[in-house]
Amino acid sequence: MLEHYLSLAVKSIFVENMALAFFLGMCSFLACSKKVETAVGLGSAVVFVLTVTVPVNCFINKYFLVEGAMAWIHPSLANLDLEFVQFLTFIGTIAAMVQIVEMTLDRYVPALYSALGVFLPLIAVNCAILGASLWMAERDYTVGESTVFGFGSGIGWMMAIVALAAIRERMRYSNVPKGLRGLGIAFMLTGLMALGFMAFSGIQL
Amino acid sequence: MADEKKKILLDPILNNNPIALQVLGICSALAVTTKLETSAVMCGAVLFVLVGSNVAISLIRNSIPPSVRIIVQLTVIASLVIVADQILKAFLYDTSKQLSVFVGLIITNCILMGRAEAYAMQNGVALSFFDAIGNAAGYSAILISTAFLRELFGSGKLFGMSVLPLQTEGGWYNPNGLMVLSPGAFFIIGTFIWLLREWKPEQMEEE
Amino acid sequence: MQRLNQPKYIILFSLAVCAVCAIFVSASAVGLASRQDANQLLDMQKNVLEAAGVKAPDQQMSRKEIAAAFENVRPVVIDTKTGEKVEGVDPETFDQQKVAKDPKTSHAVPSNPSLISRVPDRAKVYEVRDASGKLQMVVLPIEGYGLWGTLYGFLALDGDLNTIRGITYYKHKETPGLGGEVDNVRWKSLWDGRKAYGPSGEVEIQVIKGLAGPPGEAPYKVDGLAGATLTSRGVTNMLHFWLGEQGFGPYLDNLRGGEAHG
Repeated sequence: MLEHYLSLAVKSIFVENMALAFFLGMCSFLACSKKVETAVGLGSAVVFVLTVTVPVNCFINKYFLVEGAMAWIHPSLANLDLEFVQFLTFIGTIAAMVQIVEMTLDRYVPALYSALGVFLPLIAVNCAILGASLWMAERDYTVGESTVFGFGSGIGWMMAIVALAAIRERMRYSNVPKGLRGLGIAFMLTGLMALGFMAFSGIQL
Repeated sequence: MADEKKKILLDPILNNNPIALQVLGICSALAVTTKLETSAVMCGAVLFVLVGSNVAISLIRNSIPPSVRIIVQLTVIASLVIVADQILKAFLYDTSKQLSVFVGLIITNCILMGRAEAYAMQNGVALSFFDAIGNAAGYSAILISTAFLRELFGSGKLFGMSVLPLQTEGGWYNPNGLMVLSPGAFFIIGTFIWLLREWKPEQMEEE
Repeated sequence: MQRLNQPKYIILFSLAVCAVCAIFVSASAVGLASRQDANQLLDMQKNVLEAAGVKAPDQQMSRKEIAAAFENVRPVVIDTKTGEKVEGVDPETFDQQKVAKDPKTSHAVPSNPSLISRVPDRAKVYEVRDASGKLQMVVLPIEGYGLWGTLYGFLALDGDLNTIRGITYYKHKETPGLGGEVDNVRWKSLWDGRKAYGPSGEVEIQVIKGLAGPPGEAPYKVDGLAGATLTSRGVTNMLHFWLGEQGFGPYLDNLRGGEAHG
């Protein structure tokens, strides 16, 4: 049992890394990776949002959305199939979570709040977060598996962005051509990191 | 006023490109640019949703309570994407199959949220409309150019039609595998940004 | 500005937005539903015909022509565990997807790489028989996990129940240009003439990395999809599942036993 969860965690952190294997969440990934501090902050926020939203969405999906799910309320509702509202409901949960994170940061860690800027509300549209929920629905995970999967994916994404930030901080001492500085070189670096992570795609757990 | 409109329309193509400068809309730029056909449909879908969302949000911008701002924007965007997806499935079924999961991911295309937050919330309907078209054009420019290079060098074709005959089909061209994989897209877009900034130095960053 | 922060206003505004969006979304979903279902059904039928080689990949067929083609391609409901034909169930209206999800009409299968958790007790296959009733081809529905989601398609086997005649996918979520190349006509044409089972009766067919060569030289291998390792693996895994004991193995054994002559 534990082995199953452990392999799920390892898979979501390394083999199916959200940022470097599936390229989800790229916008904030590239924009907020200039300093390790900001990257750690954003990464932690993403881990928190993922660990909470994936299991919650799993619950909502199982008991309200899939065909026949609402039979527990009343047998006559057994024919309802609300799967087409999946996008809206998942995004709703995610947006609510992000709004809560935003208000908490504004109150308790204002420095991080202003450092993240417009990219904090953009966590809500971070494709990694919606993608994780959609995958969970596709693969039919249980609530327990969803929590492990959400947490693992978040950790994987955070690892990737912190790594990129660390490299970019070092790049400041290199002689990068002026046109490539900043965003350009970040693209190249991410491309190289992605190539490296392709090594994991051969692992079967 | 005409000058301002022209500026709003043309700026996002080179001076303030969503992908190259604003860092928005990158995920789809990497994922769908393996073929020109899918990129073209994606650009069309983004144009439809971006115009719809900018106009809708601009219409209600003065009535949105600040505490539910994000959720309201997302709800509008998500609804538009679902409608676009339904229309595609009903009238262009084969194309919708090609785009599959990426139509849903338009909801999370940061360009939509980004422009809603940065522009539609503060400007009138007409200006927001033009801003949407301008940004969609800038996004499309990068997508089409990337797809052009990736499809041409990655599979020797353009829009599915053979331009560089492949060795496997009796020709001489050995396709560049890196172009088909996502890291290839990273390198191409990185190079585009480099060239764009050499041309327009005001976009350069200090470090 | 003050009014915007009043709780009553916030609630009313949110409800209004929800209502408007819900109306738009539901209207389009419900209004276009019949068109979409028709598209889906037609697409599935075209895929069955394409797998069976009755229809060429870019051939346009009208609904009438498709209906006519199905005169020879007959849907049959079979019991997946015993492999026998089930009488008394109308194959035309049998919905395999629905049956597969219901725990009452499906059974769980052991953990497998295709992430298939339940197999329906009854499945719909298509048999192509000639005028004398001799089996010429059988089309099996296949599904399994790829990279982004589950792929749904059809595999056509020749009357000898070993030679593969064709493969098509009618629903998948793979990356356009990479895994999405399962729709590529040239890749699909590579399958014609390959063999599914080896001399010992084990499922040998697989999608390899790189080029395989013509069917005569490499009967059990098919070219991989460039840049789509996981999708290619998904195809191999699902074929091993559905051609094996948990899938249509019993049905094919049954056909070999004697029913092949109708």
